[in-house]
Amino acid sequence: MRLRWTSAVLSPLGCAGCVGWQSAMDPQGPQAEHLHRLIWLFTGVAAVIWLLVMLSLALAIWRRRDRSDEPVVPTNAARERRSAVVVFMAVGATVGVIAGLTLASYLATRQVSEASAEPLKIRVQGYQWWWQVSYLDPAAARQITTANEIHIPVGRPVNIELAAADVIHSFWVPNLAGKMDLIPGRDNRLEFTVARPGQYRGQCAEFCGLQHAHMALLVMAESEADFETWQNAQLAPSAAPDSDERRSGRQIVTGKACGACHTVRGTEAAGTIGPDLTHVASRAYIAAGVLPTTRGSLAAWVADPQTIKPGNNMPMVPLTADELRAVSAYLSALK
Amino acid sequence: MRHRLALDLAALPLHGKSWSSITWWGTLAFMLIEGTGFALVIAIYLYLANIASEWPIAAPPPDLGPGTLLTVVLLVSLVPNFLVLRWADRSDVTKVRIALLVMIVFGIVPLGLRAFEFPALHTRWDSNAYGSITWILLGLHTTHLITDLIDTIVLAALMFTRHGHYKRRIGDVQDNGLYWYFVVATWLPIYAILYWGPRL
Amino acid sequence: MSEARAEAGDRTETLDRDLPPALLEQRLAVTWGTLAGFWGWLTTVDHKLIGRRYLVTAFVFLLLGGVLAMMMRLQLARPENRLLGADFYDQVFTMHGANMMFLFAVPVMEAVGVYLVPLMIGTRNIAFPRLNAFSYWMYLVGGLMLWTAFALDMGPDIGWFAYVPLSGPQFGYGKRSDIWAQMITFTEVAALAVAVEIVVTVFKQRAPGMSLDRIPLFVWAMLVTSFLVIMAMPAIMVASTSLILDRLVGTHFFNPAEGGDVLLWQHLFWFFGHPEVYIIFLPAVGMTSTIVTTFARRAIFGYVPLVLALIATGILAFGLWVHHMFATGLPRLGESFFTASSMAIAVPSGIQIFCWIATLWLGRPVLAVPLLFILAFFATFVLGGLTGVMVASVPLDTQVHDTYFVVAHFHYVLIGGAVFPLLGAIYYWFPKITGRMMSERLGRSAVGLLFVGFNLTFFPMHLLGLAGMPRRVYTYPAEMGWGGGNLFVSASAVILAAGFLVFFIDAIRSARHGAPAGDNPWDAATLEWATPSPPPSYNFAFLPVVTCANPLWDERDALPVATGLRVERRELLVTSAAEARPEARESSPRNSIWPLLSAIATSVMLIWSIFSPWAVVWGSIPIGIALIGWFWPKGTPEDDA
Repeated sequence: MRLRWTSAVLSPLGCAGCVGWQSAMDPQGPQAEHLHRLIWLFTGVAAVIWLLVMLSLALAIWRRRDRSDEPVVPTNAARERRSAVVVFMAVGATVGVIAGLTLASYLATRQVSEASAEPLKIRVQGYQWWWQVSYLDPAAARQITTANEIHIPVGRPVNIELAAADVIHSFWVPNLAGKMDLIPGRDNRLEFTVARPGQYRGQCAEFCGLQHAHMALLVMAESEADFETWQNAQLAPSAAPDSDERRSGRQIVTGKACGACHTVRGTEAAGTIGPDLTHVASRAYIAAGVLPTTRGSLAAWVADPQTIKPGNNMPMVPLTADELRAVSAYLSALK
Repeated sequence: MRHRLALDLAALPLHGKSWSSITWWGTLAFMLIEGTGFALVIAIYLYLANIASEWPIAAPPPDLGPGTLLTVVLLVSLVPNFLVLRWADRSDVTKVRIALLVMIVFGIVPLGLRAFEFPALHTRWDSNAYGSITWILLGLHTTHLITDLIDTIVLAALMFTRHGHYKRRIGDVQDNGLYWYFVVATWLPIYAILYWGPRL
Repeated sequence: MSEARAEAGDRTETLDRDLPPALLEQRLAVTWGTLAGFWGWLTTVDHKLIGRRYLVTAFVFLLLGGVLAMMMRLQLARPENRLLGADFYDQVFTMHGANMMFLFAVPVMEAVGVYLVPLMIGTRNIAFPRLNAFSYWMYLVGGLMLWTAFALDMGPDIGWFAYVPLSGPQFGYGKRSDIWAQMITFTEVAALAVAVEIVVTVFKQRAPGMSLDRIPLFVWAMLVTSFLVIMAMPAIMVASTSLILDRLVGTHFFNPAEGGDVLLWQHLFWFFGHPEVYIIFLPAVGMTSTIVTTFARRAIFGYVPLVLALIATGILAFGLWVHHMFATGLPRLGESFFTASSMAIAVPSGIQIFCWIATLWLGRPVLAVPLLFILAFFATFVLGGLTGVMVASVPLDTQVHDTYFVVAHFHYVLIGGAVFPLLGAIYYWFPKITGRMMSERLGRSAVGLLFVGFNLTFFPMHLLGLAGMPRRVYTYPAEMGWGGGNLFVSASAVILAAGFLVFFIDAIRSARHGAPAGDNPWDAATLEWATPSPPPSYNFAFLPVVTCANPLWDERDALPVATGLRVERRELLVTSAAEARPEARESSPRNSIWPLLSAIATSVMLIWSIFSPWAVVWGSIPIGIALIGWFWPKGTPEDDA
């Protein structure tokens, strides 16, 4: 019901797509739900107050008055007193409304911050202009590192540790929770639960430089079973190349500069400056939400990252057309 | 617009003293601005000290010698400052001239001592945040010492010219004296924070 | 000996009551006048001339800032647009914010205060007139420096708020952050100077009889604003200086690796930044009170609550700053305190709104253009204030912080709450400043275009923010569904721009061809309307004596005045702070070139220090020389008395 109201209001302005994808008005978990209700409460109260004030202003301007020749309206003590009572009551009502809204706000804070007993622990580190995602597990062998995409099981609370590698970023997935900044020298945390399976987009919400606009992330909520399948797939080393082209591609990736910044587990590439590529093809997007992952987009990115995302920290590594074909074949097989 | 004469101002004095003087209020306002600035820098010191695991960072507490001596000198200087203000109030040009020369000395000596205070911090402005904030705190007060000294020198020179005899100079001398009180007063909490804060 | 000489000189000088009116005005004009030609323009210390140049300069910056806004809207009109690249867009939005906040909004309010406050309280010039002149030059140089840097592709690109570490030594590109930081220094020095002048003028130079409860509300507003400037601006001075030091000489204020703190920047910046918006808003409140009084044809309802609301707003303004930091992970209990205080500031605003509506209700509203702008203000500012209550809530803010929702909110309160009253104030006081009326017809068109254009442009931004669109993005993907909304906003911005265009055209045309205004075309109540339009250099031939809150209404037949001031030297009256009892006669400085020379010396030092720390040492020498030249007595009667 509320969803239809929202789309009825929002669609005329041409953002029919905004209900759902990265929207605070389409909550998909308890935290976002509390915030959604709060937004509607405040909006409702604000609308009523605005209308009342405008009405009294309109009446003040256009009400009937006796004609008078005096240049200045004299003040009348009795009318002043009466008006003072009305103003006093209006101020009193203001104080009451403010107090009520403050209380509602505080209650929502409490609701949203309830910590849970056994959350899934994830660490997100913000870089200019991508997200490093690590799954923290007491067993070192079960720790997963990926980039720009977070998988979580539906219904299980997730506790994300937020760290910044360079400048301030902000983690924001509006369908799921409010935002929390990633601040160098500070450890912040965000906890939320997803109620329904789906894909939820988030975006960096603190200006972090040239490509702040292209620093998106994806949260994939899935069933426990699917989540475990995904975990096991991520824990596996990189897929072995099964064709000559792909073998050639792996050789180029490990031979050229790629390994200085990227890790492909199971090969010599072990750099940690850029995103982990071990299972890059399993992710829906590359370059933090800029391009959907296909062989073609991987090729385009590797060929010239600076044209696609100007100013980002990946340099162009010159490759011949054949080398590029081989590399894209290899990378697109890293599922 | 027609007028009717309602008040005669001709008998009013030509100069206001203290709160009847425009420049006195200007000095007060400037003190408010600078005082707020000092308060903020002290707040930053306390903030950084609060988040640090150890304080001072990688340095011993500052040597007490030069700073304490400077504090004593500044406190002693309040006496000639008080006298300058009193003699200015009495329009005693000769005594004001002498007192201003004494105040110049009391402006130079602290600067000399201040030169020893910086190394006594045992840290550099670019070593760490402790070094940065201590140098800035000390540096900020030093700029006030310097500007007040220049102010006093110019004023003293002025008092020795023909301009020195006009009543307007009384206000100038009083504003300068008021400002010196401020320079000494702002030093005291800074001294306490810089030297005794790390020792608590 | 010397005292006798001074008194003797006094007895032989002419007093104002000794001359017939025409001769008195002639002599006063000579004593108080600005010299002719370019030299006169450089040396004037007349608050009216300096106020006017502040106004014109600020409106030029408004125009430039508006052009930047249109560039942003062109870029954002379509998804994945390639009109402005990322780097240029980042400079544009930084320039837009910094220009509007530091080079337009605060200076324009100061300008109106500098021009009007001395007239409204019945004195001849602002306190510290040479400082006034100096402050304008500093403002001008700061603005020119910023825009020159932008033209040379050295414009700051870090947001108007310049968060570290992005603006710091490691990530701040070239000299861009330093240009930003030093522009701050220029404009803050100018603002602090004006604030000091206004405080001292209002406390000590009011007309006899203008006790605290008879001070015009606009003057109260400027007084409270000036205290906010004095207490808030040091914070950003400290912040910007610390940033330059981190970048230039290697200090570690904001470096967490060496004991510094990233959030320290935000605390310092917003401790200034929140009062800053009230520095912009409170003068507009004063303008609103004035215009409502005049066009409701009635004394303002609730003078005392309105004054208390101004003071309460000013005090509360210092207790809100953390609401800009709700997403930084500060302790929840602390953040909740700032929710309560941010909500609480709605109460004095509410008092003001209710008192104004009561005044209109009890009065007989005349729908002239200034009042139309105030009506636009009501509709817009109240909406902005209500979204302000929304973002004051920590949990709600975690969804809308750093999105277009906040962009909508602050434009509603800034344009609605400050610019609309300002434009109304220009229509209102234009006749006094220029002696000519602006056009009612064009004024009505301007109000209509601005009101409609503004709402069509900014209301949809609330929805875009809730739909997930963050701020400070140079583009966005097509699949987000924001394209339609952004196109609508960009198209509507043209209407808003048209409204401003109509305003500028009217102002420029009316300055030459507007209908002659006379002393008091609106039949208003305050003292500035008791002088000719435009006022002579000496403001009043005889200083007024005040017996009531609305002097020109309650003393219609003849205005009481004081006599006994000298004519051949610049003399004005000093009165007591509370009751405005006459205390002394004070000399007011003559025209001087030293403020300009001091400003040049200071500018050289400040700009040089962007590149080298030694500038502070060597550059201080010319400053010292200029200041000595400024204060050294010139042998005029005003200097030696």
